[in-house]
Amino acid sequence: MNLPLLELRRQPGRFVVATVVLGFLATLLLFLGGLLDGLYLGSTGAIRAQNADVFVYSESARDSFLRSRITAEQRAAVESAPGVQDVGGLGFVLLGAVIPGEADLADVAVAGYELPPKGVPAPPNDGEGIADSRLQDAGASLGDTLLVGPQRSPITIIGFVDDSSYLLQSTIWVSLSTWRSVQNVNRPDAAVGDTVVQALAVRGTGDLVTSIDTATDGDTKSLTKPEAVLSLPGVKQQKDTFNQIIYSTLAVVLAVVGLFFSLLTLERLGLYGVLKAIGATTRRLFVGVVLQAVVVAVIAFAAGSILALFATAALPASIPLQLTPARFVSTFIGLLVAAVLGSAISLRRVTKVDPASAIGNAS
Amino acid sequence: MTVLDMRDVRKVYRSGDADIVALDHATVQVEHGEIVALLGPSGSGKTTLLSIAGGLLTPTEGAVVVGGHDISEYDAKQLTEFRRENVGFVFQSVNLVPFLTAEENLLVVDELGGGKGGKAAITRARQLLDELGLGHRLKNLPGQLSGGERQRVAIGRALFNNPKLVLFDEPTSALDTKIGAQVMELIQSEMKARDTAAIIVTHDTRMTTYADRTVHIVDGRLDADAVGADH
Repeated sequence: MNLPLLELRRQPGRFVVATVVLGFLATLLLFLGGLLDGLYLGSTGAIRAQNADVFVYSESARDSFLRSRITAEQRAAVESAPGVQDVGGLGFVLLGAVIPGEADLADVAVAGYELPPKGVPAPPNDGEGIADSRLQDAGASLGDTLLVGPQRSPITIIGFVDDSSYLLQSTIWVSLSTWRSVQNVNRPDAAVGDTVVQALAVRGTGDLVTSIDTATDGDTKSLTKPEAVLSLPGVKQQKDTFNQIIYSTLAVVLAVVGLFFSLLTLERLGLYGVLKAIGATTRRLFVGVVLQAVVVAVIAFAAGSILALFATAALPASIPLQLTPARFVSTFIGLLVAAVLGSAISLRRVTKVDPASAIGNAS
Repeated sequence: MTVLDMRDVRKVYRSGDADIVALDHATVQVEHGEIVALLGPSGSGKTTLLSIAGGLLTPTEGAVVVGGHDISEYDAKQLTEFRRENVGFVFQSVNLVPFLTAEENLLVVDELGGGKGGKAAITRARQLLDELGLGHRLKNLPGQLSGGERQRVAIGRALFNNPKLVLFDEPTSALDTKIGAQVMELIQSEMKARDTAAIIVTHDTRMTTYADRTVHIVDGRLDADAVGADH
């Protein structure tokens, strides 16, 4: 016989309001987290997919692929740096693309590469590309020839790959020469020479960042992969903003649980007095409060998750909401921690219940 | 054999700059199987005396020995354990756990003592409730029981652990005269049948007829003439 669980089972009405409120808060937390994940994953896929330890930018690029230019001489210096094993050039250009049979332009990122990212084969022939699967949602099919940029540069799709978008745009993975050609024709203001790339993806061992930047005499700035992901435009700001909102929502959860169980404890002071009088310890009563808060949080999370899944399915695809297993786990843990901390607010009140209060007015 | 031995017990509460003496050099003994009625007006100290006898309060001065345990210097944790194993309580108002059946309200005592509500505990609870005339009410919640039945369940709970001493705090105050008398008769018969000592706090002189002895308390002092007068 477990008193707290029996109370939940036999008097569920007492816990309905708190469960419903926490359920909606769980849905909100999942929505916020899902939006954050959707934005983050959609913005960073092309970089996360890289099989690289370090990315090398030109020193003046301020950690931006689009502003960076690496010359053949700089590349040679990087290749000679201690610990460097593999080096591949990278280049991105953001353009609109005409998909056969589609009226609207699709936003794409044409990405030139040498070291194949995860799921992407070796660089294809010039004029061919492997597209992010988002482009399928936009109407592209295998074998389609897309006309890219204002000059309508043709790229034929020979394959698709998941989770490799760049700044929420579908990446089309092409050879470096195709990228240069597309870049130079459609963005003549940002044209690059035959041996120039925007950045280098580097694999190796040891302190690559220091060894590379030393080898280039400070002409380059190297970032680790996690740093490169966060340096993409807006990614860190989105992450920080959403995390702040998520933490604030968790604080609301804590306040709701705290308030609810404080009121419940207040209602139970008489009963707690009787239970203490007949031998219940403060610890036992307090653990009961925490246990109830945890169960309420678990039920609220389950209900909130179902609601979030239904609501997500009903949302238009243009909203970058992505519910990942990791987000469910982190939201669940967040709710549990907030529930435990919130219910702990009642500890002082439970501790102060005088068993003598069970008898008359003595205390 | 003496079950409760309180000697020269004082209880003083601090209120601002003033000391309020709730119990003033109280000395009382209760023997096995003896039922003592504690009679006094409101604020006379009878509740304080009951609380100290049951290990709910510690005395400011004096010695309290219950069932051979000198609890005068026990800390809160020791008192909790002491109460769980040695004293039964029947309270006046908030009493039973509202979401537990009659049977489960008795099993609470077993659970608080670390039991798992096993077969032996269930048998004991059912047997007690049967003896108290509630064999047909085992699965009823307190809200489905009458006032008299609720007090009978509370008596069963108080007796569950075979305590040496049972303390009753105005057990009939919420009952009408007829039901109150029935409950008192039940208390008397159950205590005598088990040879269990009991103190019954009441302000209803009619209830003293069910006691072996009546102790009067006024302004925290036990009435010297009354102590042992009916014994």
